[in-house]
Amino acid sequence: MNPPIRVLVAKPGLDGHDRGAKVIARALRDAGMEVIYTGLRQTPEMIVNAALEEDVQVIGLSILSGAHNAIVPRVLELLREREMSDVKVIVGGIIPDEDARQLLAQGVAAVFQPGASLDAIVTGVRSAAQGSRNNIRTGDGAHCTPSAGER
Amino acid sequence: MGPRKEEFATNGGIPVAPTYGPEDLPPDFDLNPSGEFPFTRGIHPDMYRGRPWTIRQFSGFATPEETNRRYRYLLEQGQTGLSVAFDLPTLLGYDADDPLAAGEVGKCGAPVSSISDMEAIFDGIPLSEVSVSMTINSPAAVIWAMYLAVAERQGASVRELRGTLQNDILKEYIAQKEYIFPLRPSMRLVTDTVEFGVRHAPAFNPLSISGYHIREAGSTALQELAFTLRDGIEYIEHALARGLAIDDFAPRLSFFFNAHNDFFEEIAKFRAARQLWACLLTDRFGARAERSLKLRFHAQTAGCSLTWQQPYNNVVRTATQALAALLGGAQSLHANSLDEAWALPSEHAATLALRTQQVLLHETGIIGEPDPLGGSWYLEQLTEALDRGARDYITAIDAMGGMVAAIESGYPQSEIARASYEYQRRVESGDAVVVGVNRFRIEQEPPIDTLRIGESVADLQRVKLRRLRAERSSEAVSRSLNQLRGAANGSDNLMPFLLDAVKSLATVGEICTALREVFGVYEERNEML
Repeated sequence: MNPPIRVLVAKPGLDGHDRGAKVIARALRDAGMEVIYTGLRQTPEMIVNAALEEDVQVIGLSILSGAHNAIVPRVLELLREREMSDVKVIVGGIIPDEDARQLLAQGVAAVFQPGASLDAIVTGVRSAAQGSRNNIRTGDGAHCTPSAGER
Repeated sequence: MGPRKEEFATNGGIPVAPTYGPEDLPPDFDLNPSGEFPFTRGIHPDMYRGRPWTIRQFSGFATPEETNRRYRYLLEQGQTGLSVAFDLPTLLGYDADDPLAAGEVGKCGAPVSSISDMEAIFDGIPLSEVSVSMTINSPAAVIWAMYLAVAERQGASVRELRGTLQNDILKEYIAQKEYIFPLRPSMRLVTDTVEFGVRHAPAFNPLSISGYHIREAGSTALQELAFTLRDGIEYIEHALARGLAIDDFAPRLSFFFNAHNDFFEEIAKFRAARQLWACLLTDRFGARAERSLKLRFHAQTAGCSLTWQQPYNNVVRTATQALAALLGGAQSLHANSLDEAWALPSEHAATLALRTQQVLLHETGIIGEPDPLGGSWYLEQLTEALDRGARDYITAIDAMGGMVAAIESGYPQSEIARASYEYQRRVESGDAVVVGVNRFRIEQEPPIDTLRIGESVADLQRVKLRRLRAERSSEAVSRSLNQLRGAANGSDNLMPFLLDAVKSLATVGEICTALREVFGVYEERNEML
């Protein structure tokens, strides 16, 4: 039997809306994965350090604030600098289609938009962990994740 | 597949019987008219006949100047109050040019780093006439000082200013997580603003005790009600410990609730909130003034109920939720825009949300009668159920030593996380239907036009800050910040020191850094798994 997949669930940036991140972390844990949750307000440096220390295969970034174009490329860059490109990055949150395409082109393994089902996300993390080179994107899962809301 | 089910329950899991009658209410059940204790039916005898609710759409984005243009537009279109959204760096006490603000400037609200930004937001808007609500929490005292200083510059009298500071820090630790300082110094800052308000700005609501964000984080309606009222108790206890008299400050406490999908459960929640608060104020705190007992609230429709899929469905959700808030007796209301699962509202979407309120006000006839659903057996027993459930939660939190202690032990946080995960599993199984998401889906949806905020906004704000720092007297700034640090180390009310600091042109980031040096920062215990 393979050892369990290790995933880092991270909340980068200043946003505190952690409902989605926590729900996903629980769902991944319930699916048999070892989940490390970073907590809030993580810089790209903190996230990559945690990924190294915890020896994870996948980093899941939850971003609802619109700061993804500033944050995600920096995480990818740091992973490359530290020769950790085998660690796959998945992004979830309010990511417009156009930005999702760009993030995938930059090397993100999958982008999950609002409404993605927990099941689709679990599957996405599994295939990323297997080092799948086929980038996937899905926004049409069966479930509502927290929206922009407030504030 | 129709809606047939074996068991019915509210969204929050309260069982719903096939029918209700008088036998479902307590033998001593009584319903006083609106305007009479315990105000279950409303805080005024004539409710919206006498005064319609305030149409107050939450708004702010990009730059202070862009935000000002949106405000003028909304006021021209018939909005009756303003509500300021600040961006994340401002909410967390960082200037627009701070490295931690990268990518976040102007994205989720208006950036305000200095008194000049505050002045630009209200350019040409007379603060002596318009009531302004500000969604600001950790740095609320700093932002309020800027607001008061700008109002004075406009020639307004601070004693007559009307408006509301959200300033509810407890729900930040519980739910929204926009905290800066540890709990206890944060409670001191809140109490400073309450005390300052009583003495100098008696028409302003210095604290809006907020369940909205608790609900958005995934709580049930009952948890929203219970945690919010228990937060209110905590603020009262701190103000009393400061030496304030209950009837001097309680009339200025206001509330902010979520208006979510389950129509009757939401209406019952608002009614239960009013009657429970009135009882708490008399029984627990011995309040005498009638104004102390009246729970006034703002409502906002549920952002977390909006879907990215088929966004026009959100117009329908919002209209229904807004109707629940109004049948529940809200004093002011924000209706969400259809595109808010995607982005901050476009002008078109914001206008439609405003029109939703205007249609409800002018075309539906709901303003003719206070609490028109009162007396329904179903609604009355649901109101009783929520009242009882909230009292149980309040008793449990009292036993933990109060809300500060409960938050330190992670209690409300874990209750909410559990409810939110349970709900998501119900959505996953299809037990909870989300139209357009897990039922009635469309595979290829046309895109909608949304507001995009580029990075040039941050550059603009950085240039303004550079100019401000070059032109101001750095001696005056360091003097005011030193005095603020000294006061923060003591026990004086910090508001006068904050007013001096903002007038010396110290920035939000500089002031919050000074306070961080004295108070430290809050670190969340990570026990979610």
